[in-house]
This record gives sequence, structure tokens and C-alpha cells, in this order.
Amino acid sequence: MPAQPSVSPPVGEGDQQTPVVRGPALGDVLEGSADSEWGEGPPREPGARRSGGPEVTGRVSLSIRIKRYNPEVRPDAWWDEFVIDAEPSDRLLDALHYVKWYRDGSLSLRRSCAHGICGSDAMVINGRNQLACKILVKQVAPQVTVEPIRGLPVLKDLIVDMEPFFAGYRRVLPYLVNEEGTSDRERLQSPEERERYDDTTKCILCAACTTSCPIFWADDEYIGPAAIVNAHRFVFDSRDQAADERLAVLSEKSGVFRCRTTFNCTEACPRGIKVTKAIQEVKRAIMFDRY
Amino acid sequence: MTVTHTYSAVIVGAGGAGLRAAIEASGHVNVAVISKLYPTRSHTGAAQGGMCAALGNVEEDYPEWHTFDTVKGGDYLVDQPAAEIMCHEAIDRVIELEHWGFPFNRTPEGFIDQRRFGGHTRNHGEGPVRRACYAADRTGHMILQTLYQQCIKRDVRFFNEFYVLDLLMVDGRCGGVVAYELATGELHVFRAKAVLFATGGYGRIFQITSNAHALTGDGPAVCYRRGIPLEDMEMYQIHPTGIYKLGILISEAVRGEGGILVNGEGERFMERYAPSIKDLAPRDMVSRAIYQEIKEGRGVGGKDFVHLDVRHLPPEVIETKLPDVTEFARIYLGVEPTTEPVPIQPTAHYAMGGIPTDVEGRVVVGPDETPVPGLFAAGECACVSVHGANRLGTNSLLDIVVFGRRGGHSMAEYGLAVDEPQLPKGIEGETVAMLERIRGGPGLEHAADIRNELQRHMFDLCGVVRKEEGLRALRGLLARLRGRYELIGLSDRGNLFNTELMEAVELGFLLDVAETVAAAALARDESRGGHYREDHPLRDDVHWLKHSLAYREPDGSIRLEHKDVKLGPYVPMERKY
Repeated sequence: MPAQPSVSPPVGEGDQQTPVVRGPALGDVLEGSADSEWGEGPPREPGARRSGGPEVTGRVSLSIRIKRYNPEVRPDAWWDEFVIDAEPSDRLLDALHYVKWYRDGSLSLRRSCAHGICGSDAMVINGRNQLACKILVKQVAPQVTVEPIRGLPVLKDLIVDMEPFFAGYRRVLPYLVNEEGTSDRERLQSPEERERYDDTTKCILCAACTTSCPIFWADDEYIGPAAIVNAHRFVFDSRDQAADERLAVLSEKSGVFRCRTTFNCTEACPRGIKVTKAIQEVKRAIMFDRY
Repeated sequence: MTVTHTYSAVIVGAGGAGLRAAIEASGHVNVAVISKLYPTRSHTGAAQGGMCAALGNVEEDYPEWHTFDTVKGGDYLVDQPAAEIMCHEAIDRVIELEHWGFPFNRTPEGFIDQRRFGGHTRNHGEGPVRRACYAADRTGHMILQTLYQQCIKRDVRFFNEFYVLDLLMVDGRCGGVVAYELATGELHVFRAKAVLFATGGYGRIFQITSNAHALTGDGPAVCYRRGIPLEDMEMYQIHPTGIYKLGILISEAVRGEGGILVNGEGERFMERYAPSIKDLAPRDMVSRAIYQEIKEGRGVGGKDFVHLDVRHLPPEVIETKLPDVTEFARIYLGVEPTTEPVPIQPTAHYAMGGIPTDVEGRVVVGPDETPVPGLFAAGECACVSVHGANRLGTNSLLDIVVFGRRGGHSMAEYGLAVDEPQLPKGIEGETVAMLERIRGGPGLEHAADIRNELQRHMFDLCGVVRKEEGLRALRGLLARLRGRYELIGLSDRGNLFNTELMEAVELGFLLDVAETVAAAALARDESRGGHYREDHPLRDDVHWLKHSLAYREPDGSIRLEHKDVKLGPYVPMERKY
């Protein structure tokens, strides 16, 4: 590959801190690239569909109200407000990081992948369960309220005790059960059989659905939507043989029949799983042996 | 206040490799898995494209072709016997996953479907071959879920949100680890006959990365601090297609399904750089091509990105096979991929280097590969080496199950053969002291600033293109950052979920890892795979057909040694596609 001499990137001391991690300088080799402010976005075709929210360019002011809790410091919860500058296309998670890194290091939250896959950062954002890394600043500016998810004990700030949630998940035997002898080839499964349970394989165990359910808030015995979704994934998988055992668990008092088709779960799911539909299919499977 | 636990086998990290090792070891010995995240949060779940195996379900294929592709893809730094093992075991590992319930996409006849992927060819490079097994574009998510489910089935013991901060070595033998419990601030000593590190990569040394915030190189750093060398650290893969400015990965699978890269002039430029397989050339070649196009002013609008174009693909292909990546474009860029091209740029993605191991997963040190008793590693944090100087797509999800299983097996075997180690009292003292130093720091410097500058310098000076001048400057910059790191302080004084303290510890790991990457990159004055030196653009098999080993000296400086590449039937050739 022909190598060309390039302009060296500046190697002096770092400049004044930037509030949020900026985009790259892929070498300072372009004329006129100094204005590549993220706010303008990439060139787009006329008439192309845009994402939701008002057309915003340039940095915006964002006021973030966060519900805090730290039993080491005081016994009751309290509200903090931070006003920051952010790019409209920053994630709300980036804004929370800015608060943590530059305003209050004691703010504690869970996060990892920062793009909606790991499920760590489910929170109540402006009253609704969302993943903080999938909400952009421009969707909520100028003011956003952030709280921990409901129905699970709050341990500190935005961190809740996930053990009851995972305990519910384990109750439905969330693993394939098939005692037939295995060969050295794959079991066959048609594309239609595969499609049957595709939706519920998407679950990332973020708990947004279960902690948005009013039945779960009122009665933490309720096994909750996420556990039912993960049971559905196996009940409707043609290779599984333990549907009866799972459905027995789910037909208990704390099981599927608590569901009142409120639909909060379906609205909350960041993966777009049709949760309420899956719960109804499990109810029908119990009642009519159809699975 | 320190709690002590005793296990035969302790696995650090609960991603694909760690979970697969736990499954393997759990039937035989007492196992504990320690993870700083809840297991299903691990970054294996973000992997999109697929896991390859020469099943030959859709077209003719053989493990030998796969082995050749892997060796050539790694620019001949791959240890060929290791690649052969991995590519031959691939078939069993895929079938095993299917038996455990993995929801592979299927052919009309009901077999596991396979698709094309970059660098995978039939008959030693004749043309692309359908070798990647997949579940839509969330193969990694399904692997992570399936392996976690199998751990639940086997009642594996997890210690979640525990951070491993130190490795305990007694008389040259591994004796366990020290871990910090995030929920309480308590330290735990895990006395173990065998420890396996599966902590993943270290993309967070770079500014634009596909990696999660948690990927701070904990396993390599902890081992490095205890005298274990790190292998091939200069070999870091910058993936060509990350979302512009955010680094979020757009899978190679998009190109596997027919997506193409287009520059500012509307040209499919990969035709010039890799005439035969074009956009499916190995990732390092595509990233350099994008870099070159941008440098020569052919970025979109003259800016520092190019386009990934899928507008010509049938909408149902996009919806059924690439749903997640299209969602990323919609959410984060407001771009509709079916009608608009997607702005992308290279993003730091994968560590080919790491803790050196043999093919059984045992950590080995020195040019003669002496095993360290009781110490094991698998997955991205390990270096076997199967990926050499560049990893092919879909080979990582394969690596983690093949070597996770081998490591788990080796750990169990070792544990059944030896007695428990005797740990001296107060062995956690160094960890206590490290945490006290950070807690009691003067607060004259800011951890977030140091991290931002580290990431920016590493991406600018040690990224897609490197050269001596920049790497020497980088060495000085890193030294100054380390000096400033000693002066940070904390505002969170508590013991309850003190994530600020843990981020400060992780910053120390990032500095250690970054220093080894920069040092190894400066020393290797050739170009190979992901390591491209503008001042030494050619591959030099006479002097450099060898792996680097970076050791930490007592004064904190780095000593580099080398060990030969294990060759085999494939003679190093020019890497053209």
C-alpha cells in the first residue's frame, strides 16, 4: 500500500477538558474539516426520514433531576438537579456520565455497552422505563427526570437489587430441556419453527418490563413479564421437552394469570418484544394445551 | 474486613469464554465464577455477525480451508497448530451449542444456515464461502444467553459485581485472587488451586471504540503486575465500520449480506484495494483503505467518514438478517438504511494480544513457554495465538467456546491432581494499600481528564496508522499521564457501590495496558495485520516472524522479549485478496 507523508497530529499536552468525549480526529489531514460539529449530522438526501424530536443544532442546555439515595449518608431519598451543556445527539447515559465525572463522583449507576444490548442501564426516565443509552439528549432536552426502576429495592441512587428479578427468571427453568440422545449433527428445525419463538429470544433481562408492571409493583410475588417471556422462548421452541414443567410453574397463583393486559411491559421493552402477546400465548398454552 | 473463600477453580469473567469454562469444569470440581458485571451484561452479548465452522451445510467447505484463511487472515503471525485445532473443533462446538438450544437461523431444509463473512474463502482464496453460522445479527447475545442458561442448569456459583484486583502467586504457583465486592466495599480472598482469566478486551484505551465501558483490560493488567508477560500487545484490530463519532459497531455481516463501502465520490473504493473479495477483505485492510480515502480527501463531503450502503439490498433481507444494525443507524444517527447510506468510520474493536497461553489454556511465560502452575486464560484476554496480527470476523465467538472449554477442562484436571495452596496471612495487604492510596489521594488531578487524554492520544498515535515519531511522543505522553494519575482523588468516600473508586482502579489498568501496546508498537518496525507502520510499510518475515512479550520491570518500565511463531503447512505469502 503506497504510504504518503502525512501531517503529524499535534503531540503537545492535552487541551482543556471537553465535557463529553468528543469524536475523533482521524489525523488532522483534511482541509476545512474543523467545522465537523456533530450537531449538523451527516449530509442526508432530501425527504429522508428523520428521527423523533425537534430539529436541534449546536449544544443545548439540559437540566437533569436525579433521585438520589445513599443509606450511608442519610436514611431517606432526595432529589438533585444538575444543569449541563450537551450535544443533542449525545446519549442520556453520556450526560449522566458527565454529571458523575465532573459534578458528583458519588452518583452511582449501572452501565456497560452504551448501545442498548447489555441491559444494564434501565431507569425511569421522565416517568417511563427506558435504557439510558438509547435515549438521546435531543429527545428530552431541556429537562429530564431520572429515577431508579420500581418494584425492586433501591440500594444506591440508580442501582436496585436485581436478585429477586433473577430469582423469578430461574423459576421457569430457563434452559433447553431435551433428554433424547444427541447425534453428531444439529437437530432439525424449520425456518417456520424457528420464527415461532424468535421474538422472545431477544430478551436482554434488563427488567424494564417487569418493573413497569403495576401488578409487580403491588405484589412482588408475581413472577413478572420477563420470566414469562423467557419461559415462552422455550415452550414454543420445537426442540424443547419441558413445556409442561414450565407451564405448571406459570399456572401457579403467582404466575401468568396475574397479568391484566395493562401493556406497560410491551411499551417499556427496549428490544421491541411483544411481551403482552407472549404472555397471552402462554396463558392459552396452559388452558388449551396448545404449544 | 476480609472474607476468605476456597474453591478448586475460580474463573474471572462471565462472558462466553468464562461461562464455557465454568460449564466444563463444574461437573468435576468446585467452581466459582467472579464477574464485575452480572453475566448477561458481558460484552460477548454485543457480538453480532456470527460464529464460523466448516459445517458445509450450504456450500462445500472444509476445516483445512478455514485454517488457511485464519492463518493468512492473521498475516502469518498465527501459531498454525493452534489455528488447526480451533478450526477442526469448530464443528463440534457449533453442534454442541445447537444441542443446548442455540437458535441458529435455518436453511429451508432445517439445517443450520451459513453466510459469507470477511476473509473466509473457499479453496485458499478462490472466492467467498458461506461459513458463518448465525442468529439474525445477535449471535453474540444468543451465545451469551445459551451459555448462561447452561450454567443455571448446572447450578454454577456466581459472585456478581465483584472486581478482581490482584492475582495471588505463592512460590511461583497460582494461589487465588483478591476481589472487591462493589455492594459493600469488602475485600474477599478467593483461595483457589486454579484461576482462569476470561476478562475480555481493552478497547477503552482508545477514544472511538466498539467496546463497553467495562472493558478495561483487568485480567491482562492484573497478571502483568504479577510478572506475567503480555503477548503481541501491538496487535489491536480497528474495525472498519463503527457508527460515525460513537464507535458503535456495524457488523461485518452487513457487508456479508451484500452491503458496500462508498467514498465521497460515490465509488466502491474497495475494488481498488482488494480486487477479488472487495468489501469482504480482512478488517485491517478495509480500515486502512478507509483511512487512505479520507486522507486523500475522498471522505463524504470531504469529512472524516465514508458511507456503508445497503439501499440495493431487498428490504426483507435487511429486516430479517440485519435488524439490530439498522436499528442503531435509526436511533443514533437518524438515518434510514433502506433509503440512505450510513456514515461510518473505523472503531477500535478487538485485542489479538493478551495473556500468553498454550492450546490447553494454560498461561505460559518466556520464549520457551513455561507453564505457570494453576494459571489459565481464555477468550479475548488470552493470546494462544489463533488470531496472529489480525482476527477474522466470526473467529472470536469460536475462540471463546473452543478455548473456554479447553481451559475449563485443564483447570479441572489440574485441580484434581494437586492440593490446596497455602496462602500467607495478610496476603491481601497490597490490594488494601492500593485502594487506600487512591482513596487518600490529594485530588490535584481528575481521573476523567486523564482517561479522556489517554484515549485520544492512543487513538491518534497508536490506531490505524502508526509511526516512530508519534509512538515516541506517545511514550512521553503516557509517562506524564501516569504521573498525574498518582495525584487523583475521590469525591465518593463511601463503601456502598463506590463506582468512582473502581473507575479509578480501572484507569490504572488502562494505563498499564496502553503502555505495553505503545511499547510493542514502537519496537516492531514492520507492518503486519492490524499493526501498520507508515515508516515501515512492508512485512518483514526475516526479522519479525515472532511474537512480542512485554514484561513489567520492578521500576515500572517495560522489557520486551520474543518467541517464535509456530509455523506449519502454510508458508508466509503476500497477503492479497
